[in-house]
This record gives sequence, structure tokens and C-alpha cells, in this order.
Amino acid sequence: MPIIIEGLSFYYGEGTPFETKAIDNVSMEIKNGDFVGIIGHTGSGKSTLIQHFNGLILPQKGTVLIDGQNIKDKNLKLKKIRQKVGLVFQYPEYQLFEETVYKDVAYGPINLDLNPEEVKQRVKNALELVGFDYEMIKDKSPFDLSGGQKRRVAIAGVLAMKPDYLVLDEPTAGLDPAGRNEILDNIRKLHENKMTIVLVSHSMEDIARLVKYVYVMYQGKIHMQGTPKEVYSHSEELKRIGLGVPQVVDLLTALNKNGLMISSEALTVEEATNAILHGIRGGLNA
Amino acid sequence: MLKNLTIGQHYPVDSVIHDLDPRVKIMITMFYIVSLFLINQFLAYILVVAFLGLIIGLSKVPIKMVIRGIRPILVIIAITFFINLLMTPGEIIYELGPFNITREGIRQAGFMAIRLVLLIIGTSMLTLTTSPILLTDGIESLLNPFKKIGLPAHELAMMMTIALRFIPTLMEETEKIMKAQKARGADFESGNLIRRAKSLVPLLVPLFVSAFRRADELAMAMEARCYRGGDHRTRMRALRIIKIDYMAMMIASIYFATVIASRVYF
Ligand SMILES: Nc1ncnc2c1ncn2[C@@H]1O[C@H](COP(=O)(O)OP(=O)(O)OP(=O)(O)O)[C@@H](O)[C@H]1O
Ligand SMILES: [Mg+2]
Repeated sequence: MPIIIEGLSFYYGEGTPFETKAIDNVSMEIKNGDFVGIIGHTGSGKSTLIQHFNGLILPQKGTVLIDGQNIKDKNLKLKKIRQKVGLVFQYPEYQLFEETVYKDVAYGPINLDLNPEEVKQRVKNALELVGFDYEMIKDKSPFDLSGGQKRRVAIAGVLAMKPDYLVLDEPTAGLDPAGRNEILDNIRKLHENKMTIVLVSHSMEDIARLVKYVYVMYQGKIHMQGTPKEVYSHSEELKRIGLGVPQVVDLLTALNKNGLMISSEALTVEEATNAILHGIRGGLNA
Repeated sequence: MLKNLTIGQHYPVDSVIHDLDPRVKIMITMFYIVSLFLINQFLAYILVVAFLGLIIGLSKVPIKMVIRGIRPILVIIAITFFINLLMTPGEIIYELGPFNITREGIRQAGFMAIRLVLLIIGTSMLTLTTSPILLTDGIESLLNPFKKIGLPAHELAMMMTIALRFIPTLMEETEKIMKAQKARGADFESGNLIRRAKSLVPLLVPLFVSAFRRADELAMAMEARCYRGGDHRTRMRALRIIKIDYMAMMIASIYFATVIASRVYF
């Protein structure tokens, strides 16, 4: 069952002189097994939007249905929703608090009142899902880890709740390329294991490489949506609203403009390499 | 919950009260507080309310915003009220189990409640109409004479500036961490007292960690810009007493004199 959002608007500081509109009449649908990307300039409302997915923010206007349940329903147990929709915040490493990695990851499952055996199993699973050796890491202090490792522990903390949907807010922000690749790899594997994923990102490259469908947010509204190929074909428009396209898309467009006949469908470096090789060979043959 | 906190919050609009010199406002606030405790009859509080009303009216701060400042302290006010009501010895008018309600108790409790409310509103007017920077500038300048006896006025003011500056940041941070833990199934609102206190650990540990980190970063940034205390520092915006400040002082003097007169003559 999907997450369905309809006509959602949200103001911070409603009714005060500091009122700001964060999201404005947003509608979207996230189906099971989807891999959805959300991009937008800073302040476009991405983080505000995704906090509606698990009821951390309740809709002021519009509805959010999680598997058919309205999150504004009074009888609804929000804890259940938060188990179902795992939300990894921007810079999640700042939420770590326990003495050991094990205890920190176990925090979520314990809050769900699971039995100790089950908790242990889930912690082990979650840590392995983000690429750790369970025995090596479990007794370390989370504060002694590197930034990228901390972040993976934090993600494991959410995965240990066994969510059906995983929503990640800028999971690669501030990491070096190696840390970034590791996290993106983990996310890709999670999706291959049938998890529904929503990825908020600034990085056009990450989005191009991973997601199946993109929503582009601009000043609180959904400005564009479609597959990465469709969205990136509007590169001028994306630039106007403060976003870019993957560098390879720029490259291919430029090459095309200058007379090299290359299909400009490619979004990743690998695809681009092939397209260029193909184009050059084709050009030579002709 | 955190959003109701108006103590220390600045409400930036243009008004005569906002334009007053912070030193004048601080002094008037101090005299105002003294006046609250000088008053010994209910009628005189009308005077206080009128004075306060004048300030609120001139300040253009919406009354709703002002009233909201009392809400977080309502519990304290209620406790004070009942302790005074039940614990003051005197002429008994009603017995309530082990407690006696006395005529003096009612009077005392009423006074305390009114005083506290007026105290909070009055002092929050100071912070609502004065930006934290100006406020600490004012305090520093008022404390300057005490430098001779070794009071580190500048350092105290700087500490206050920094503390005030970080209140909103820390509140934002608290909210963020709270949300992150709620996303992991945390529950800060239900359960008994012990459970609730325990549930704060996942909030407080990250909060302290980040507060220390921030303090470290700030110290580094200040040092990188060669900050070294108050000696020979000049200000971009020097404080100056002008005409409206004199007028404010005059009105406040009249108010204060009337309060004293009410105590002496009635
Ligand atoms: N706690 C808050 N209080 C008041 N306003 C807020 C708060 N959080 C966000 N805003 C405002 O709401 C708007 C949307 O913010 P949001 O954090 O959702 O953007 P974002 O797309 O996630 O940005 P970024 O890419 O920088 O993370 C911004 O204008 C922001 O200033
Ligand atoms: Mg954000």
C-alpha cells in the first residue's frame, strides 16, 4: 500500500509575525517498491515535507495517507506509523547518545517493546545491512567513530525498526566520496531487497544514479516531476530554479550542440562513456 | 511546548519603546520591580497596570504575545499562591484538613500572584523591546563603574550575549533531536515521572554533546578573529541618551514617586 499525499500545505509559526510558508499544496504518491527522489534548492521545503510522512508534523491543510490510514486520525497510534515509515534525518549522527553502538541501534526496537532476542536479531541485521561487521562494531562507543561510520550507525538505528518505507534526508551531505559511495551503495542494496525508498538530495549525480522517479521542489511547490531522464532534459529550467543537472548531462548537451551526434539520454558517467564512444564510432563510420 | 517561551524573546518592530536607550530601560525595569514590592494595597496595583499598559501600548507588541509569556510560569504562580494561602498564620476563617486558611493568607497569596504576573510581564517587556545585543551593551555600560573593584563587566556581558544568542539555537536543536528520537519510537509525553525522566536521556546527551561542540567552535572562531577581552575595544554603535530617554525617565520618576506616596499616605 502506498503513501498518498494530497493538497498538503504547511506554515511555520502559523499565526505569529514570523509565519513562513514551507510547503504549498503538494500532492504525491509513493508506491510500494518505489525509489523516489526529492530535489530542490535549500529552503524549498523538502525536510518539512518528509516529516509529514511519519507524523512528526501533522498536516495543517491537506491529507497524508499511509497505507490507507490518515495520519490525522485520532485513534491512530503514531508509534506504529513511525515504525512503518523510517525517517533518517539530515545529519542523523547528532542523535546518537548511547555508550555503545549496540545500545544505540537497539533504542528503536526497545521502544517498540520487542523481546530481547528479537531486539538483538534486529540490531545485528541492521548493522550488517549498512555494511558493518557486527562483532567488531557492537561494543564501540558511537562517539569514537568517523563521521561516515556514525551516520551508518544512525541509519542502522532506523533500519532496526524494520520500516516498510525508508525516507532519507540528505544522507550523503558532508561526507567524503568514499563515505558517500558506501552509504549510497547501502541504500541501493536496501532497495534491491524490496524496501521502498525516498531519497532527499542536493546531488543531481546521486539522484540520477539511483532513483526511478523524481519530484523537483521549488519554493514549497512541486515544480516538476518525472523520471530522471525526463526531468534532466529540462536543464535550462532546472538551472533557473537554482538546481543543476549531472555534469555528464551538461557535457553531452554541449557536445551535441557542437555537432557531435550523441544520444543525450545518458545520466551517469558509465552511460555517458558508452554514448560518447558510440557517437564517435558512428561519426567515423558515416 | 517550546514555542510558548517568550522570556528572552525579542519582538522586532519600530516603536518609541524600542528606540529607548537600553540603560534607561534596564533602570526603569529595576525601579518597576522595586515598586511592585513596595506596594502594600490592592488599589495601588491599578497604578502599576496603568503604567504597564502605557508601555505595552507604546511598544506595539501585540498583547497576545505579552500574555503568552506568563503561560510557562503559571504552575509556579499557582504553587506560590497555594503555599502562601495555606501557610500564612493569622486570623483563621476556614479550616481545610490540616491547613488553615487565614485572612492574612488570602491577602498574601493574592499579593504574591499579582506581583509575579506583573513582574513577568514587566521584565518580558524589557526583552521584547530590546535586542539581546543592545541589552547586554546596556548591562555592560551600567556595570562599568564596578570595574574598579574588579568586576569583569565586559566578560560578563559577553557571556550573556553568547548565552542569549544560543537560546534559540539550542531550542531548535532540542526540537530536531526530539523529532529524530520520536522517529525511532521515543515517547516523551506519557508514562510516570521516572519513565519520563529516563526518556530525556536520549535528548539530553546529544544536546550536551552539540552544545560543547558549538562552544568549542565559537571559541575557535573568536580566537581566529583575535578576540581578547574588553580592553581598548570601541563600539560601532555607541549608546547615547537623547530627548525621549529623558522623557521616559521623567514619566518613570512620576510613577515611582506616586507608588511611594501611596505607601506613605494611605
Ligand atoms: N523550525 C522552523 N521554524 C521556522 N521556519 C522553518 C523551520 N524549519 C524550516 N523553516 C523554514 O521553512 C522553509 C522550508 O524549510 P525546509 O527545512 O523544509 O527546507 P529544505 O528544502 O529541507 O532545505 P535544505 O535543503 O536546506 O535542508 C524554509 O524557508 C525555512 O526557513
Ligand atoms: Mg532539509
